[in-house]
Amino acid sequence: MKTKKLINDPKYVIEEMLEGIMAAHPDHLRQLPRNPRVVVARHGPRRDKVGLVIGGGSGHEPTFVGFVGKGLADAAAIGNVFASPPPDPIHECAKAVDGGAGVLFMYGNYAGDIMNFDMAAELAAMDNIEVRTVLTTDDVASAPRDRRGDRRGVAGNFFIFKAAGGACDKMWAIDECERAARKANDQTYTMGVALTPCSLPQTLKPNFDIGPDEMEIGLGIHGEPGVAREPLKSADAVTDEILDRILAEMPASRGDKVAILVNSLGSTSLMELYVMNRRVRQRLDANGIGVHKTWVGHYCTSLEMAGASISLMLLDEELISLLDHPCDCAMFRVP
Amino acid sequence: MSDITTKDLITMFVGIAAAIEAEKGRLSELDGVIGDADHGVTMSIGFSAVNEALSRLDQGSADPATVLSTSAKAFLNAVGATSGPLYATAFIRAAAAIKGRPVLDRDAVVDMVSAMVKGIRDRGKADRGDKTMIDAWLPAAEAAEAARIAGRDLSECLDAALFAAQAGAEATKSMVASKGRASRLGERAIGHIDPGAASAVVILGAIERTLGHRS
Repeated sequence: MKTKKLINDPKYVIEEMLEGIMAAHPDHLRQLPRNPRVVVARHGPRRDKVGLVIGGGSGHEPTFVGFVGKGLADAAAIGNVFASPPPDPIHECAKAVDGGAGVLFMYGNYAGDIMNFDMAAELAAMDNIEVRTVLTTDDVASAPRDRRGDRRGVAGNFFIFKAAGGACDKMWAIDECERAARKANDQTYTMGVALTPCSLPQTLKPNFDIGPDEMEIGLGIHGEPGVAREPLKSADAVTDEILDRILAEMPASRGDKVAILVNSLGSTSLMELYVMNRRVRQRLDANGIGVHKTWVGHYCTSLEMAGASISLMLLDEELISLLDHPCDCAMFRVP
Repeated sequence: MSDITTKDLITMFVGIAAAIEAEKGRLSELDGVIGDADHGVTMSIGFSAVNEALSRLDQGSADPATVLSTSAKAFLNAVGATSGPLYATAFIRAAAAIKGRPVLDRDAVVDMVSAMVKGIRDRGKADRGDKTMIDAWLPAAEAAEAARIAGRDLSECLDAALFAAQAGAEATKSMVASKGRASRLGERAIGHIDPGAASAVVILGAIERTLGHRS
């Protein structure tokens, strides 16, 4: 049975989405006329500032394009649905945001993205632009702690990009921006659950099968299967399962603080996300872990997938100041 | 059998695009089981872009190497993803292997296939048994080389390559993936054919049909 979407010809869905975005946020974003998959912040890039380039596949909105703006990312390279962008737009992003202080590439840890961004970094090097790369690897379900470098980058991207964006906007040198980005990544822990699959605009077919009473734990944000399938449980039980895994790994002591992100994968409602947040809060309170800030909503989606992810970032003074740093992006603001 | 011309190579890419189009649903389904279900779509977008770029080439003045380098650029710019860098590198290396030749004989075509496979390995860093397209391409290149050494003609070399690719793709069913999205699934990937290996078979089938059986 075909899924239903509000699209036109799927061949042009990305181009049309971008046209709509540019029309809605003309004060925040501009698109390169010769390459519409290059979206640059109108305010943000400047001389002597490290340029922050993020990017990846479409289908995760507001990630990536929604986080382009002053105080966060300077540019985003936009790929096809769930596919890394090719080297060209990434290279163009680097050129557009280069202020002479180097460029930081940040994106999720996926084989395709790594190849394309690395090729773009080689091209940028030929333009004498120094590029550093920090991959996001926050998904605790996708590899054990001793192989953290193999983990996927998922919704925790939001925290990690925000921290890096703050460092760059504070005019820190590239070594410091990279250091802060790596720390943010190391201290972010995410796990998710999928209830129903998503479908690509071109196929209109659910991209995996799941039973009416099942959930997929440890999912990927591209509709790829997670790491285990279980019977669907209550919100509290699911939240406990996720937090048990995260808290087992996160080295938080009583009195420490975290930031919380309860993220919808697309079709899961705010009502459900807030029910989950209630349980997150209860568990953290029981462990004496304080909460500096909570974000709930659509931050890193997977088209229309039903499901959610919980991310915790273990904070210190530096990360608090970076998360609190003002930003003004197309789809996200910290006043 | 006559040598392969620029026109023949363009016909080959038309054939590849048509074959991918016919199989894209199946390829996306294979990818849905262990990946993110976009492989068929990605390959279709890529090879459509190749055909569009090649249709704008001046066939009279372009040599075979130009067909390949044009294809590399068009594919990569349309697609990105994992297939983009891998096939773009394959086509660029193929172009380098046959640079300057106005037509291609059997040896040039076999060299081309070997160069493509080396390009994929260099870029993707996968090896035999990793459950990737290499599990189809590497046996194909080896079989073509073996057939060449045994004195077979182009058609037989390509037949051997296709046969080896089919067996290689089938063999991926029993493998655990160590690259790409499926590498996070552990044992759950077993029993499922790798979509990249499956599409390699589709591509080689089209190459065998168009270059191996011209009138």
